Amino acid sequence: MIGQLTYLKDVVTLRLDAEKCTGCGMCLQVCPQAVLARENGKVRIDSRDSCMECGACARNCPTEAIEVSAGVGCAAAVINAALGRNSSSCCCIIEQPESANRDSQAPADRRGSSCC
Amino acid sequence: MDQPFVVGRVRTPAGVVPRISPLLLAGDRWGSFKARWGVGRMHYTVDLGLYALGEVGPESPVFVTANYKMSFDCLRESLAGRNGWILVVDTQGINVWCAAGKGTFSTDEIVRRIEIARLADVVTHRKLIVPQLAAPGVAAHEVKRLSGFRVVYGPIRSKDLGYFLDAGLKATPEMRQKTFPIGERVVLIPVELVEALKTALIIIPVLFVVGGLGGPGSFWDKALDHGLLGVSALLLSIVAGAVVTPILLPWLPGRAFALKGLLPGVIAAALIAVARNGAWVDLSGKLETVAWLLLVPALTTYLSMNFTGASTYTSLSGVKKEMRVAVPLQVIAASAGILLWLGSRLAA
Ligand code: SF4
Ligand code: SF4
Repeated sequence: MIGQLTYLKDVVTLRLDAEKCTGCGMCLQVCPQAVLARENGKVRIDSRDSCMECGACARNCPTEAIEVSAGVGCAAAVINAALGRNSSSCCCIIEQPESANRDSQAPADRRGSSCC
Repeated sequence: MDQPFVVGRVRTPAGVVPRISPLLLAGDRWGSFKARWGVGRMHYTVDLGLYALGEVGPESPVFVTANYKMSFDCLRESLAGRNGWILVVDTQGINVWCAAGKGTFSTDEIVRRIEIARLADVVTHRKLIVPQLAAPGVAAHEVKRLSGFRVVYGPIRSKDLGYFLDAGLKATPEMRQKTFPIGERVVLIPVELVEALKTALIIIPVLFVVGGLGGPGSFWDKALDHGLLGVSALLLSIVAGAVVTPILLPWLPGRAFALKGLLPGVIAAALIAVARNGAWVDLSGKLETVAWLLLVPALTTYLSMNFTGASTYTSLSGVKKEMRVAVPLQVIAASAGILLWLGSRLAA
């Protein structure tokens, strides 16, 4: 089963306002973790602990029925942020500090290794 | 136009568009390999804008991708034998998912590229196939409102693109789910390893020098003895945390990554202690062993925790929660380990 890899319990910030949901299904299309499910023409949170807070559902919901504080679950980024280093996202932890200049960027291909 | 995969040109109402080959050449594969190992990943990009693949016409589908060469290669390779336009947007050379998370693969960027490429003049339909993993950065309804193009999210894995196209732009639920199978975990190991080894290269000389100090005997003999133990422990921790944990991820106990790293870390520490059991005679030897028993798990769990960034299912809230517990423990274990190790040199 795909569900064998589930992260921590009861931590995610995902919230769904069933009142606002029109059942358009966009969130179902974009969620990479099958967190949401359709039920009686609306959507409900089916496996909350699988949510990785990517924010795709909230971004693509036309009625703003979904709320999640989106971010990248990456320890190195959290450390960099805590140390005040200018790097908020995981993919740039290899980025040089002076890379305000785009040419000196050296991004790592970490997440999304299947490349698309 | 002077990119190796460009094989010709196509005339469109919006100007000349480069025609590309779906075939990956040895150079493309070598480039991907190097990028995986963190070598020369700068400039691993493709030029922005529109490309044509196969026998394109105004009705051919439009695929959007990042200007990271590996994303682009993956897309054109999986479209072999098909026709379509590829619109490359500026993600600053970062892959689709990371760029979407960073906000560079965005609604605005897509809208801007559509305008610059004059896509509305090239195709008669108003549909864009955007990778599903771009969705954290792209709002389909906003793209529609701003450009008139309707976003259809393609499947997560490019190998499913054929099915998706044949099924009339529909993906099965499985195709919409991001998994993290062993093959995918393994290709991420090199980046983790290279990063850890870079830091190790700075630490290794220190281990030899400090190992050579204190107690009787020649500096070089001691440096070799204690320094080599330290280097072995360091490298073993790196293997445990950056190789073993990723490979065994689903089977290691615990949900938090630092916790998953504990078992490999303890085993690695035990191996060091066993290899060193002859030294358990005097205070110095005992301190040294205990020091590594603390340092090895601290380092292994830290590296395992770092793999959250490469994984495909960790949430930021979860990572913060596990770090609140793990980091203080790692810092305590590591500081105690360093002090004990220094103490072992003084006691020698
Ligand atoms: S995208 Fe929003 S409105 Fe549409 S089904 Fe999901 S929650 Fe409901
Ligand atoms: S935040 Fe991402 S993982 Fe969580 S429900 Fe929304 S789309 Fe799915």
